[in-house]
Amino acid sequence: MSTQTEVAVPRHVVQELDEVVIRFAGDSGDGMQLTGTQFADTTALFGNDLATLPDFPAEIRAPAGTLAGVSGYQINFSSHDIRTPGDQPNVLVAMNPAALKANLSDLEEGGILICDGDAFTDGNLAKAGFKSNPLRDGSLNRFRLFDIPLTGLTLKAVAETGLGGRQATRCKNFFALGVVFWMYERPVDYTRDWIEKKFKSNEQMAKANTLALLAGYNYADTTEAFTTHYRVRKARLEPGTYRSLTGNEATAMGFIAAGLLSGRPLFYGSYPITPASDVLHELARHKNYPVKTFQAEDEISAIGAAIGAAYGGALGLTGTSGPGVALKSEAIGLAVMTELPLVIANIQRGGPSTGLPTKTEQADLLQAMFGRNGECPVAVLAPATPAECFSLAIEAFRIATKFMTPVFFLSDGYLANGAEPWKIPQPADLPKFEVKQWTDRQDFMPYRRDPRTLARPWAVPGTPGLEHRIGGLEKEDGTGNVSYDPLNHEKMVHLRAEKIARIADDIPAVQVNGKGSGRVLVIGWGSTYGAITSAVESLQHRGAPVSSIHLRYLNPLPKNLPEILARFEKVLVAELNLGQLRWLLRARFLVDAAGLNKVQGKPFKVSEIVKAVEGLLGE
Amino acid sequence: MSSQTGGVELKPKLRRADFASDQTVRWCPGCGDYSILAQTQKIMPTLGVPREQIVFVSGIGCSSRFPYYMNTYGFHSIHGRAPTLATGLKIARPDLSVWVVTGDGDGLSIGGNHLIHAMRRNLDIKILLFNNRIYGLTKGQYSPTSEYGKKTKSSPFGTAEQPINPLGVAIASECTFVARSLDSDTQHLTSVLERAARHKGTAFVEIYQNCNIFNDGAFDAFASRDVRSERTVTLEHGRPLLFGKDRNKGIRLQGLEPEVVPIGQDGLTEKDVLVHDETRKEPTLAYLLTRLNYPEFPVPFGVFYTADRPCLDGALDEQAIQATARMGAGNLERLLNAGETWTVTEQVVQESP
Repeated sequence: MSTQTEVAVPRHVVQELDEVVIRFAGDSGDGMQLTGTQFADTTALFGNDLATLPDFPAEIRAPAGTLAGVSGYQINFSSHDIRTPGDQPNVLVAMNPAALKANLSDLEEGGILICDGDAFTDGNLAKAGFKSNPLRDGSLNRFRLFDIPLTGLTLKAVAETGLGGRQATRCKNFFALGVVFWMYERPVDYTRDWIEKKFKSNEQMAKANTLALLAGYNYADTTEAFTTHYRVRKARLEPGTYRSLTGNEATAMGFIAAGLLSGRPLFYGSYPITPASDVLHELARHKNYPVKTFQAEDEISAIGAAIGAAYGGALGLTGTSGPGVALKSEAIGLAVMTELPLVIANIQRGGPSTGLPTKTEQADLLQAMFGRNGECPVAVLAPATPAECFSLAIEAFRIATKFMTPVFFLSDGYLANGAEPWKIPQPADLPKFEVKQWTDRQDFMPYRRDPRTLARPWAVPGTPGLEHRIGGLEKEDGTGNVSYDPLNHEKMVHLRAEKIARIADDIPAVQVNGKGSGRVLVIGWGSTYGAITSAVESLQHRGAPVSSIHLRYLNPLPKNLPEILARFEKVLVAELNLGQLRWLLRARFLVDAAGLNKVQGKPFKVSEIVKAVEGLLGE
Repeated sequence: MSSQTGGVELKPKLRRADFASDQTVRWCPGCGDYSILAQTQKIMPTLGVPREQIVFVSGIGCSSRFPYYMNTYGFHSIHGRAPTLATGLKIARPDLSVWVVTGDGDGLSIGGNHLIHAMRRNLDIKILLFNNRIYGLTKGQYSPTSEYGKKTKSSPFGTAEQPINPLGVAIASECTFVARSLDSDTQHLTSVLERAARHKGTAFVEIYQNCNIFNDGAFDAFASRDVRSERTVTLEHGRPLLFGKDRNKGIRLQGLEPEVVPIGQDGLTEKDVLVHDETRKEPTLAYLLTRLNYPEFPVPFGVFYTADRPCLDGALDEQAIQATARMGAGNLERLLNAGETWTVTEQVVQESP
């Protein structure tokens, strides 16, 4: 650029983009989740549509500089409607060699690569398994490399605060964030305010982080290395008031809302477990709402307490992940036997056993369906998006209280931690659900059933004249007295099954995305919604005869499902397990469903689903 | 509660029979559980709590059939978990009078974890642990309180396990009311149950209970009527630890070592004997008393330890009141719009103030 014309010609080129995928990666102590969240929140406020994928190790501080310790946060943001965090990053921010090593294969050809050159020391290179420095050996020529001495620049920027070396170094994530804010035309204000609030009690830290953030922003602005701003225009979202929401936040809010809508206090019994703990944290801080939380001594106590609370007339809720559900099985059976309203939220993670605590998987569906002794049916629901966790949490309690039954709410790690903009509903638009509490002494019997729903009365302690005893032993139909009568037992087993089956009369029909008939029907459930829908819609744009349905209700299944299945030549069930829903559908409908299955602790890429459908279409 | 608040509606005074349910009691004839049931039904009308406000929660085992026979609300739950249900119920409904009935296997083996945590939390609940030192419902295996070397179906060569000390567990768990009684000593049992009922906080009562089928006479060596006064000692607050038909024996403390001493011999008087103080802040002495066992010592019965500490149920309600006072009562509108929001109009995006 000629110096004479500097005033007249804009210093930087602006390039318009529809959609960008950025991944921040660093050590688990580098604050990558924080950096990603700040970028996501700023982007949401800016007005883009977005979806995020935090991906972190189970260890809080894995050995620094190692591959095992790499933590990442991916965000996809756009000027149009998007549903997934993106298949492939366009931008990778790598805070050290290990982060580069672990993530480089995902970066698109020609993508932007920002590295902290200062972190590429011999020691760190060796820990990551590099024989030579990739920043110098030309191996990154396929990418647009920005080799920035992030650590050194950060130390200089925060020097005036007098902060020590190690603490000062920790501000470098804000420096990196400042650079990326500049590149994508995001204002720094939101993060600056956030830092102020967060470090209210530590002025020095607040100042250092702010300085690092601004220094990063100004560095990008003034260095000639950065020549281009990338502009992603605001998305045309439906008018309304929005907030950004993770699945776990939405889950907690939905359960609180269920309490407010039903006029019943919410009781949450839980034992800390990844990735469900945030639901406990979120609920625990809502003490000014009719919400009581109880951190139990173990998973069994957590559900036992929730059952006790439900018996007392509260909305009894327990939340956990798969290993916790395994421990709760017997108690779920008790709730089935005593026919109390109870919701069990399983934020699924990779299994079996301790498995992959911080990674996502959908392999607990059959556990929810069958993981108990005896014939022990429960309702099973699964939200499809982070925001949908809100409405399905309400729905779970509507069903639990109307049918007097335990209900499984199957979220997963991807939904739990993923964020998206959420259009805030009007309170008046939320479903009201009436909860009947029995008070009539006349002809009261603990197991007298509503003829339509087969629900037994919710008769809670404190109600005069309704004193009665319930428990885990088989009940005599009607009276609820202990009964070992063979025919009564058979009758009760059928009644409990029929009660769950009748929920099908009370749930919406499943909608087909696309034409009502065709060659391939893709079926999904839970968090795969975004990837499946994006894949199917892109195939539809190309004229492929493919449609999809997404099941929120897994037990009972929607009544119109069999007729939809019959209208397609082939059925593909895409799920993050070895084929659990497919197994259920084949058993139930004798349909020759094919499976697309992935168990890598990661969500589907859109391209993986496209490829699988193309394979079926080509057969 | 209604009798104390002097409500408008005068309820007829309840009698013991009002607390008996219509179910046939199905314990073995001669079981100690009958007496415990009878004494519990007897004290219920004295508490001034309406029947519908009372809930008995139990686990699994012979003792856990108890709720079926009480004409109150009742929940016969699963093995070992009664304290968890009681905890959730009491937190959700602090207005209720919640009782847990458990046994040595239910409470100290499969449910041991729940028991200790219920006690440390100091919920205002009453826990009755029927200790018969055997598994009765499963027909005669040794339990965690069976004495060392006991021969049972599952230990034909004798156990090689040290039994647990239920009251020691209660004290170690910071329980605020720790007592022991005996099924056949109905008067004592009644008084202990009454005191437990009136205690504000978790009350733990171990009740020695005879299983006449699988462990008959387990406590006879010290508790049968003919030897009871010589081989047991009744703890009474502020009174010296004297026992014997003629109250001529006492327990003296030498440093941390208790010893039995004859009163009226060698110049020993009542003044030399340990005086029971159940309210002593440090429960060390109470713990020491829980260790006294026949034949070296008389077996103590009564209230070992009491403390006055805030209850979890009350503390949680207090937190809610304070949070509401500070932040205002939550509602849907506030819930939905909390945190950072922004508004999208047809074209323009504006950050909310």
